Amino acid sequence: MRIKEHPILEFNPGKKVKFTLDEIEMEGYEGEPIASALVAAGVKVLSRSIKYHRPRGFFCAIGKCSSCLMKVNGIPNVRTCVTKLEEGMKIETQKGKGDFN
Amino acid sequence: MLEKTGIPIDDDLKKVIPDKKRLAKGPVVIIECFQKIPCDPCAISCKFGAIKPFKDINDLPQVDFNKCTGCGICISACPGLAIFVIDKNYSEKESLVKLPYEMLPLPEKGKEVYALDRAGKIVSKAKVVRVQKIKNKTNIISISVPKNMAMKVRSIKVEDKNQ
Amino acid sequence: MRETDIAIIGGGPAGLSAAIYAASLGAKITLIDDGLELGGQLIKQTHKFFGSEAQFAGIRGIEIAKKLIQEIERCKNIELITNATVTGYYEDEVITIIQGADGNIMKKLKAQRIIVATGASENMLPFINNDLPGVYGAGAVQTLMNLYGVVPGNNVLMVGAGNIGLIVSYQLLQAGIKVEAIVEALPKIGGYLVHASKIRRLGVPIYTSHSLKEVYGTDWVEKAVISKVNKNFEFIPETEKELEVDTICLAVGLSPLSDLLWQAGCQMKYIVELGGYVALRDDHMKSSLDNIYIAGDVAGIEEASSAMLEGKIAGLNAAVSLGYRVDNFLELNINLRKELKELRANPLSEKVKIGLEKALIKREVD
Ligand SMILES: Cc1cc2nc3c(=O)[nH]c(=O)nc-3n(C[C@H](O)[C@H](O)[C@H](O)COP(=O)(O)OP(=O)(O)OC[C@H]3O[C@@H](n4cnc5c(N)ncnc54)[C@H](O)[C@@H]3O)c2cc1C
Ligand code: SF4
Ligand code: SF4
Ligand code: FES
Repeated sequence: MRIKEHPILEFNPGKKVKFTLDEIEMEGYEGEPIASALVAAGVKVLSRSIKYHRPRGFFCAIGKCSSCLMKVNGIPNVRTCVTKLEEGMKIETQKGKGDFN
Repeated sequence: MLEKTGIPIDDDLKKVIPDKKRLAKGPVVIIECFQKIPCDPCAISCKFGAIKPFKDINDLPQVDFNKCTGCGICISACPGLAIFVIDKNYSEKESLVKLPYEMLPLPEKGKEVYALDRAGKIVSKAKVVRVQKIKNKTNIISISVPKNMAMKVRSIKVEDKNQ
Repeated sequence: MRETDIAIIGGGPAGLSAAIYAASLGAKITLIDDGLELGGQLIKQTHKFFGSEAQFAGIRGIEIAKKLIQEIERCKNIELITNATVTGYYEDEVITIIQGADGNIMKKLKAQRIIVATGASENMLPFINNDLPGVYGAGAVQTLMNLYGVVPGNNVLMVGAGNIGLIVSYQLLQAGIKVEAIVEALPKIGGYLVHASKIRRLGVPIYTSHSLKEVYGTDWVEKAVISKVNKNFEFIPETEKELEVDTICLAVGLSPLSDLLWQAGCQMKYIVELGGYVALRDDHMKSSLDNIYIAGDVAGIEEASSAMLEGKIAGLNAAVSLGYRVDNFLELNINLRKELKELRANPLSEKVKIGLEKALIKREVD
């Protein structure tokens, strides 16, 4: 969900873009972090942990904790909280350490 | 108690509420700031010298109630949202409370809102007398409340039509 | 290889102030920041700041950031490298910078002086299921909400009643999000009481001597259990309370981001009052190494107001150490230090002052 109106801030989001999460089409704003577009779309689980496959969401949102690693355009372990969303990005929930396949 | 709950109690408040005589005279400021913190915009904002200049940035605000006109300028200057103006004898049965408000939706003039005490509990209804939109976005809302509520009411709750 | 007089790592209030000050003396500055936008913590602070007029009191954090960034943009001798992380420090005074979404651009930079102003990272708290999605750092919640306008959750439990916990709770309310409660393990509210009062009067309860014991949920947080704690922070049996929340916001302190200072071999010390390991420094904000200065939260968790002053001190002295001149150098130093001292002359800063004393390297004389 997105904030509709705010007493202090005005949001000037970029242009609307389409991307996919595990092949499901979604929408977000160009230039916002991938993780933010996902949370806005109601997605909370970004990856599964290596050993026990526990769900992982974001935690720090400043690129410091590696809780938000996902596969982006085929590249695993991308910090989605500090990577800007672009039109047509192919995003996948990462399982464990991630791979290039 | 204030340190445990965030709610000032009578012992705190009696230090900052002017005496009956001054309250009877008209609108006057009440500054509910009880802890030494590095902060001084209130003193700088008052054009009438009612809030004494700080010697040390950590001073508590000291008010000369006789100089205070109740203009309310200091309300929106305070980052702690700790300043209120009370006009005890606004009308025969009602007092006026001016308070800082940084939430949405803004109340509408003439409409009724809920009046909340320092714990956020609804204690009465209030009528919105004035809505001042301030450039720094700490808006000032003036409400009228029953006289016995003047020292209790410190916030409002506006019904959101969209919800 | 690129070369510069002073490399400044981190573009928060400390780094920005250091850059402006050092640039005004004529030094060539390269400022590197890894955020998507410059400004560090400031760009998420929608509340009006405390402090004195000189330190922008009464102005909202976001506005302070704008002012500083505008000044930076006016300085021709400041080069900006943004969305770029400094990943390493090498003995020959070279730092490595990784840039780009997938980190595929690497740059090397040789700098005569380095000012480390990397800020801090948020602390975690041990409780059952603390790895579930929905458990977020307070700063992260702020980033989503205030920078990108995204609602992080619908019902929030805030853990920690220091200034950050109190302020972020208020900001959640401003974004139209419900805050169920604030829990604080200490018997007293640690943040400014004016912040506490303004949240209280909007109906958010603050439970002191309480902590978060456990959260439940299959794939994300669905419930939280809070409980009273005793003086030793042990849970008191039979005092549990269940809260229906989908988000836990942790505001349980920050730790200085000091990795680069370790790598560089600065003398480090664990100082609990400053939030963790910090580099020892003299009153010019110079570390034990002659070419490395520090400023802001990385030097000890404090405030933006003190971060800006420390940044100015570091910027001034780093530039002067390279031979750049300013007329009233001694006086400037004294005045900046005096401002810092005034800022810290309140009971809430006692702890920080004890910590700073432990971190100080005494210099001979100016
Ligand atoms: C909710 C909240 C409310 C606050 N309220 C107030 C207040 O009212 N008044 C006040 O004075 N202070 C307040 N503060 C504190 C203030 O924001 C911080 O003390 C201040 O921002 C510290 O400044 P800094 O420059 O040291 O660090 P930061 O602002 O954290 O900036 C550090 C920057 O360095 C970057 N960085 C880190 N590592 C690297 C690297 N390796 N390479 C490149 N870049 C890097 C980071 O991305 C960041 O942009 C508040 C803080 C919070 C979280
Ligand atoms: S209400 Fe007006 S006169 Fe009174 S203290 Fe505030 S600014 Fe000064
Ligand atoms: S401006 Fe507000 S918070 Fe600051 S000292 Fe004055 S009354 Fe207290
Ligand atoms: S959420 Fe911590 S690195 Fe992205």
